[in-house]
Amino acid sequence: MLRAIWLIVRKDLTVEVRSREIAYTTLFFAVACVLVFAFSLVQEGRAAEGVGPGVLWMAIMFAGNLALGRTFERERQAETLRALLLAPAPRPAVYLGKLTGIVVLLAVTEAVLVPLVALLFQARLLAHPFWLAAVVATGTIGFAAVGTVFAAMLVRARSRDVLLPVLLYPITVPVIIAGVRATLALVQPDFNASLVQFWLALLVAFDVVFVTLALWTFEPVMTD
Amino acid sequence: MPKWFSPAVLVCGLMFVVSPFVIANAPYESTMGLVQKIFYYHMPSAWMFLTASLICGVASARFLATGTARYDRTAWASAEMAVLFGLLTLVTGPLWARRAWGTWWVWDARITSSLVGWMIAWAYLILRRYGGPGSEKLAAGLALFGMANVPFIYVSVNYWRTIHPATTVVPTLPFSMGFPLLFCLTAFLMLFVLLMKLRVRVALEQSRLDDIYLALDEQRL
Repeated sequence: MLRAIWLIVRKDLTVEVRSREIAYTTLFFAVACVLVFAFSLVQEGRAAEGVGPGVLWMAIMFAGNLALGRTFERERQAETLRALLLAPAPRPAVYLGKLTGIVVLLAVTEAVLVPLVALLFQARLLAHPFWLAAVVATGTIGFAAVGTVFAAMLVRARSRDVLLPVLLYPITVPVIIAGVRATLALVQPDFNASLVQFWLALLVAFDVVFVTLALWTFEPVMTD
Repeated sequence: MPKWFSPAVLVCGLMFVVSPFVIANAPYESTMGLVQKIFYYHMPSAWMFLTASLICGVASARFLATGTARYDRTAWASAEMAVLFGLLTLVTGPLWARRAWGTWWVWDARITSSLVGWMIAWAYLILRRYGGPGSEKLAAGLALFGMANVPFIYVSVNYWRTIHPATTVVPTLPFSMGFPLLFCLTAFLMLFVLLMKLRVRVALEQSRLDDIYLALDEQRL
């Protein structure tokens, strides 16, 4: 099981390292998003109070949607998803492998996004780096856990490009609420650890519930 | 259709015709006055919305587990009911809130989870309509995820502030207000059951028709 997951992650990362297609496009898209937000929200050289965390999470979700779509589009074009599903690996391992690959890709994007948002929106995002890393990591895992199932299921559907955000955003509302609230609590001058802990606990619970559900649904929805 | 269907349609129609008079006869609520009467339509439609969403989620889970087409038809029909009754809830709610709280919309736990639940029901229908072949399993997965999602939205929004009255107020209502409420609740429940029955029936006929077409095609070959 662990070996199968590792092989799938390695395959995805090898393909990505060689072409860098998804990493570059996602990263550029995320930066472009942040710029659009900056031009619309920064007035007279100053961003409104507390906008930074919202911009960060919107950029993560938009870029994540793009990365999810592209990752599975690549598998579809080369007909490799079928091969992956025919391989003697359990379905949950395929899911976990894909999920890990997307989380790694988004982590790279976030490593650029966080300093960029901190710079353009004068948000003190790096005041508590470990807390921020925990919040961003749990939020990304929750978002990607739901997104990986939907993107995989939509591979064979018509108009999948539009359908992915239509399905994904309503389901991940708790991630954006908890993510933005926790990040907002982190940038406040008077740091409230219990508030961050509450949102972090909610994100962890979301991750556990949705990864479990995804593992269970991946088998029936990917069979036929 | 079963024998009771046409009489039930008649009774349900009559109840909706009579309901404005029953509501008009109910006493005025002391602080909100006339506008509180929206409640007699608002709460029943909200309950039907919740019932439809629950049926959709449970039927979808059973469809994923067993693959029986009957559960899929039930899930589809109840998703349509959720969109319909959700619309009634989300239209009557702000109308009441504008007068009672002085604002059209508040980001309250119950209201926000209703809105997101309604959006998921819409997403379900969009997926069924435009997803192409094989979208029924996808939609079932979405409904299952949507059902698991509601408690998370509720808790997360609840952590801000909640001003929506709790449903614990219902058993304490005096009879003069409780009777119109029960009357409307029964009317909405009947409407829900009848529409649901009709919709499942249509879906069944559709799948039968598809089977016939397939059989004809095979014969020609």
